[in-house]
Amino acid sequence: MCPEQIIELIHDYLDEELNQEKEKTLREHLKSCKECETIFNELKKTEAFVKSISNMQAPPNFTANVLARLPKEKKKVWMQRWITNHPMLTAASVFIILMMGSLFSSWSQDQEFSVSKQKNLVIKNNTVIVPKGKTVKGDVVVHNGNVRIEGEVQGDVTVINGEKYLASAGHVTGQIEEVNQVFDWIWYHMKKTTQDAIGIFSQSETK
Amino acid sequence: MDTIVKKRIKQVIKGDQDAFGEIVEIYKNSVYQLCYRMLGNRHEAEDLAQEAFIRAYVNIQSFNQDLKFSTWLFRIATNLCIDRLRKKKPDYYLDAEVAGTEGLTMYSQISSDSPLPESEVESLELQETVQKEILKLPEKYRSAIVLKYMEDMSLNEISEILDLPLGTVKTRIHRGREALRQQLRYV
Repeated sequence: MCPEQIIELIHDYLDEELNQEKEKTLREHLKSCKECETIFNELKKTEAFVKSISNMQAPPNFTANVLARLPKEKKKVWMQRWITNHPMLTAASVFIILMMGSLFSSWSQDQEFSVSKQKNLVIKNNTVIVPKGKTVKGDVVVHNGNVRIEGEVQGDVTVINGEKYLASAGHVTGQIEEVNQVFDWIWYHMKKTTQDAIGIFSQSETK
Repeated sequence: MDTIVKKRIKQVIKGDQDAFGEIVEIYKNSVYQLCYRMLGNRHEAEDLAQEAFIRAYVNIQSFNQDLKFSTWLFRIATNLCIDRLRKKKPDYYLDAEVAGTEGLTMYSQISSDSPLPESEVESLELQETVQKEILKLPEKYRSAIVLKYMEDMSLNEISEILDLPLGTVKTRIHRGREALRQQLRYV
């Protein structure tokens, strides 16, 4: 029976695939047979040797080198990760986009003719006239219409989406401004907001 | 760990390379070791281990998520190594054995700066001997032995990685083990 069948048993034992009965047969044989016992011990030693060298480390920068060789990442994924990594910047840019959007939409919606209400202003076919010899007090704002100044305006004149005609006799104490482009419109809004803010600030200061 | 790997795989399938970086971190040592033990050369082992990860990334769509990722990855790496061994032309690398010398590599010809303590030298010698004997094994026994003893894979996993019936895997391990015993018995 020795050694071929026993060698098989030894290998099965090393693979942990021996049932109790066969293991008993093996153990008894090993006790009586020096030759098989040596082989058994040598195999166990071999296993231990091979296992003992099994702790290799990959070279440094291995992961970085692999990632550098990968095909380019999809833009969508990059965006998603950027968003999760920079929540504040994302919030800020969303805010700015919404702000711009609302300004644009108010620009396009705002197509109706309107004018600030003041005494002495005459309205004729989308044209606001400051009549000769008359004085208008306060700022005049005209949306989607023209303005013709023949008299005097004590304040600023702003024309949004329209044109202004200043007659030789006309006079404006403040500034005259024409807003026709979207960006002008945004600029105008921003200026107005700041001016309002400063106005509130200076008012509260004077109080 | 399996749940983490599963989660990362899902992200990788969506194209997330950072998630793949984590996968590489988890498996880099074992994949590198598999390649090194198969090829016996650090330079080639690094190259092929990287290649294995890249192929896994590129082909991640074909990975069946119900199976073990490590089995799939090791299968890619093993096949790459076997292909390389079959195509191998004689190349000269620093850690290739110098012809006509026993166990002497180009590394040993570069003088080392710090002398190693004796016990370390001994264990290094043992390591070199064992590695050399593994490399002497025919490639079909070598892959089975490396997967079993270096990578601690079960016989079933090895049979999946090598795409062989369990019986064949057992035979290869038995023969490989016996060949190693003949060589290492007097160490």
